[in-house]
Amino acid sequence: MAVAKTLTREADLPPPEMRFRIWRPGPALLLVPALAAIAAVSIYPVILGFWLSFRDTTLSSPKDTFIGLDNYQQLASDSQFWNAWIHTMEFTSASTLLETLVGLIIALILSQRFLGRGLVRAAMLVPWAIPTVVTSKMFGWLFDGQNGVVNYLLRSVGLIQENVNWYGSPDLALWTIVIADVWKTTPFMALLLLAGLQTIPHSLSEAALIDGANSWQRFWSVRLPLLAPTLLIAAMFRSLDAFRIFDLVYVLTGGGPADSTEVLSTLTYKNLFSALQFGYGSALSTAMFITEIFIALVFGIFILRKFKEAGQ
Amino acid sequence: MSLDPGHPQRAVRGFPSLPWDRIMIYACALFVVCWSAGPFVWQMSTSLQLDRHLVSGNPTLIPNPITFDHFINIFVGKSLHRYLLNSVIVAGTTTFLCLLFGAVAAFALARLEIRGRFGILGFILGVSMFPQIAIVAPLYMLASQMGWLDTYRVLIVVYLALGLPLVIWVLFGYFRSIPKSIDEAARIDGAKPLAIFCLITLPMSLPGVVTTGLLSFIAAWNEFMFALAFTSDINHQTVPVGIANFTDVHYIPWGDIAAASVVVTLPLVVLVLIFERHIIAGLTGGAIKE
Repeated sequence: MAVAKTLTREADLPPPEMRFRIWRPGPALLLVPALAAIAAVSIYPVILGFWLSFRDTTLSSPKDTFIGLDNYQQLASDSQFWNAWIHTMEFTSASTLLETLVGLIIALILSQRFLGRGLVRAAMLVPWAIPTVVTSKMFGWLFDGQNGVVNYLLRSVGLIQENVNWYGSPDLALWTIVIADVWKTTPFMALLLLAGLQTIPHSLSEAALIDGANSWQRFWSVRLPLLAPTLLIAAMFRSLDAFRIFDLVYVLTGGGPADSTEVLSTLTYKNLFSALQFGYGSALSTAMFITEIFIALVFGIFILRKFKEAGQ
Repeated sequence: MSLDPGHPQRAVRGFPSLPWDRIMIYACALFVVCWSAGPFVWQMSTSLQLDRHLVSGNPTLIPNPITFDHFINIFVGKSLHRYLLNSVIVAGTTTFLCLLFGAVAAFALARLEIRGRFGILGFILGVSMFPQIAIVAPLYMLASQMGWLDTYRVLIVVYLALGLPLVIWVLFGYFRSIPKSIDEAARIDGAKPLAIFCLITLPMSLPGVVTTGLLSFIAAWNEFMFALAFTSDINHQTVPVGIANFTDVHYIPWGDIAAASVVVTLPLVVLVLIFERHIIAGLTGGAIKE
């Protein structure tokens, strides 16, 4: 106690930047459990996967030798891979674009004050909380080709004459998945954008209002430019996430019909756990990784440019 | 809420003054609520209807008569309780460990002297963006070598590592928002970092800790791909895998699927509605204010 008392005298304390050094245990030690778990489950396997992609490892046979770039050569001429790559890119662009756009509209509505706003926000969290597997089954039932309520409603209002076989037809299946994903993720996107909107000071909109700007001008020239960095960051995280889509496709269509919804994650999963091609499957997932880095870079350039504009 | 349409101050503060604007806003709000909650409400209605009504060609929202057959089916015929038990064990343990490791790490990053703390935070965020399919194959081989396939622990360890980035980020935000002067005062009184952490930081950010726990619980409860790859028997499979496998040979049991959806989702929906404000604050960095 006496020691503590004497230490409280400012003169006896070490300089501020040294103070924590005398503490035990060392601060960095507290990071060890979390970082060790992340390293063991994310970093190490990624490196291992990269190494596997240069081998012909197959779990159903004792094959496990180094084959250099053979897997990647096979990948480049694999029509299934390019088919899945295109579907994944289509899905990623369509869902990111729709979710950002619709999310922005909802965020703009919610940024107004009205009675029951809390209730609306609470309802918006429902799709986010529902397990994706349940979402798949739910949309499977809503969009069922025979007894689905979507067909029934569209027939009732006369938009279609015959039942549409939504996820059972190669032309519409990917779009059904996009609709399900938009349903599940748009509310979350709207909440992120709403958070961004609320950081924009009201005074700017008010100044524009006094200058005679109408509500569209206030949005387009005042709020949108200020929201742009948030919008881009949210879209980046959304597209990186959309690119990994697995649950929805695997449960709703399994990649069919006629491979029309096969995406990179489901194709990789099948190569790994149905064909047990761990070498080739790892080459596939490495190709996915590279594409993700590419997407992040493209967004990163735009985001940096926005921040530089804002800084000037 | 009293509203004076003629008051200019109100109009500027975001209260639209024209009744037409208000009607539009309420119409949009109603649409958002129906769009968000509609499919789940439909699923609840489906779970209470007889199979022959579901395929009658005249879908109705109000079940008539109400039947609990589907709920009996999923427990008696499809052993949903077994999947539920597995999910509770896996998600519960994951949440506990996530909070333990995550809170300690977030405290160190927010409060103690760590070199390159933002580098570490950025690194953690980057890792969370990895495509998960890229780690499933190597992890499968490791788990198989260690004899960890078909165990709870393999899922817990994987979900722990996948959940930690979000937990650390959200808690870092909460811990930072506590005034530093409070722990300075405690430190001068001779409190060790661990005591500050347990007696000041944690209790003061309890809403944040509860929210973060809920987020990691939901993430672990909902995860599908790793559970599918790493478990193959009903003694360790979690709810999403169970529901994904809910298909009969001759037809798709939409009623049973709906009942199972309601059972596994309703608790989450209730929790989310209770903690709505905290969840939104946690996910958006506390930027949304009423």
